[in-house]
Amino acid sequence: MTSALRGQLAGRALLVVFMVLTLVPFVTLFSTALQPAGSIPTGVSWPSDPQWGNFAEAWDLANLSTLTRSSLLIVLGVVPASLLLAALAGYGLATLRVPFANAIFLLFVLGLTIPFESLITPLYYQVQALGLLNTRWALILPLIALYMPFGVFWMRAHFLTVPAELTEAATIDGAGPWRAFRHVHLPLAVPALSSLAILLFLWTWNQFVLAIVMVDDPTKRTMAGALGAFQGQYGTDIVLLSAGALLIMAPTILVFVVFQRQFSRALLQGAVKG
Amino acid sequence: MTQAVDPAVRSSEERAAVDARPRRTARRRSSSGRSWWHLVYVAPALATYAFFVIRPLVTSVQYSFYDWNGIGPATWVGLDNYRRILTDSGQLSIVAHAFELMLFFTVVPVALGLVAAALMHGLPRGSFSTVARTVLFIPQVIPLVAAGIVWDWVYSSDGIANQLLSAIGLGGITRPWLADFSTALPAVGLIGSWVMLGLCTLLLLTGITRIDPSLYEAARIDGASRLGEFRHVTLPGLRREIGVCLTVTMIAALASFDIIYISTQGGPGRSTMVPGVEIYRLAFTQREIGQASAMAVILMVVVLATVVPIQRYTQRSDA
Repeated sequence: MTSALRGQLAGRALLVVFMVLTLVPFVTLFSTALQPAGSIPTGVSWPSDPQWGNFAEAWDLANLSTLTRSSLLIVLGVVPASLLLAALAGYGLATLRVPFANAIFLLFVLGLTIPFESLITPLYYQVQALGLLNTRWALILPLIALYMPFGVFWMRAHFLTVPAELTEAATIDGAGPWRAFRHVHLPLAVPALSSLAILLFLWTWNQFVLAIVMVDDPTKRTMAGALGAFQGQYGTDIVLLSAGALLIMAPTILVFVVFQRQFSRALLQGAVKG
Repeated sequence: MTQAVDPAVRSSEERAAVDARPRRTARRRSSSGRSWWHLVYVAPALATYAFFVIRPLVTSVQYSFYDWNGIGPATWVGLDNYRRILTDSGQLSIVAHAFELMLFFTVVPVALGLVAAALMHGLPRGSFSTVARTVLFIPQVIPLVAAGIVWDWVYSSDGIANQLLSAIGLGGITRPWLADFSTALPAVGLIGSWVMLGLCTLLLLTGITRIDPSLYEAARIDGASRLGEFRHVTLPGLRREIGVCLTVTMIAALASFDIIYISTQGGPGRSTMVPGVEIYRLAFTQREIGQASAMAVILMVVVLATVVPIQRYTQRSDA
């Protein structure tokens, strides 16, 4: 019993250490963001007169109103389309008899291992040929495709857990595959779809390499891409940079905390994505 | 594939069905028409994927055989681009850096995660462990770009790393960690450890809760120590989860981009240059599309060669 208790204590202690290590960088960023603008602060020191106005200034300088709108437009372009295509394909591969189903699935799984950087050069010229460079479509269309392997993988895994009797029952009732999908499978897939939606939102919001390659104008980029530009411009003003970085991270942390349950489930079960 | 023989198939009215050749031949006749129709469900995803992933993949391989500046005419150079990378120690060290990063992105978080998960396993569920889970996950959800910016500041001359070192009397070793040739790569690597630790811990913890408790009882009855229990019950029981952790973190190490681009740009010198950033530099600042593409192909091959054996070994269905 005592050994179990000691184990528990060690567990708690280690957890506390990990939590501190995780949080320290944020604490120093936060305390820096509140220093007088243009000053040269050190590590962690609570400012005598916290400058909350720095956040407002960073918001204006980084053009965050425009940026939020831009990022949301990109998210709206990517997420619903990805969900629809992934749900259809996952349903087809898991439940229906699609020719070459295994080969098709393998092709998608292969995509899970492809680093984005390996595709970025040809993608650039391909998007240029379509005349879409420097538009949000240059991010939306490739991202839908780049997230498709995970989406299909995820939705197929979900549809495989649906008992076959359910499909059979629907078929006996005279429902074709489409009606079975619409009225039986899709409603049951809502939890899986919402987890996927949250993941896709975060990946899109945080997408960087595609954003800096495809779009020159930071205000048409994703949030992470814009943050990169902001660093380039205000990198020497550590106070403003800290405030800007915090503002840009805040929505991701907020979404995570609010949807934590779906989120950890998705990330833990579906962590196969690279 | 094996289109040969089988006259029964040949005589079928639908020529298309010959190529389809589902394995369950007996059922084929009745179901083949419907099966082809079912492709409609997969087609939109497959078409998008083919156009924006498979096609650039093929183009990447194609580009890698040419010398091209992105605008003018391209010259066929065969395997020259590959030869240049594989015989140049500078270029090879870029690939080596990616493997060194694995030590920090993979080994550190998986090892620490195993210890933490094993210790946390005994903890009662409560608000403490819920808060811990939430906090440990945060580095996973923020943009990696932001992680790069945060750590850039942590490591800087006036940053908290040096502040802490001075406070404990180690002022002598303080330095701008990311600007020092000997410390830049490990420093960048530790950012990866920070990002990956929470994910690995929680993945492994989820795995542990799935291990049959009777195995632990049996080990205890056999008089196994805590360490023996860990080696003979926990580790084998976590094979799949460890496999996932290894896969995810290794891909993250080999294909790292955001953190390095933001914190060091590959410098000082080329001491933290990795394949991802090098591809970007070659393609978009040097305009050496062929070289960039050869590096891109090499990166894909390296990732596959690393990940496939791990998947094979850890995701066998007998667990």
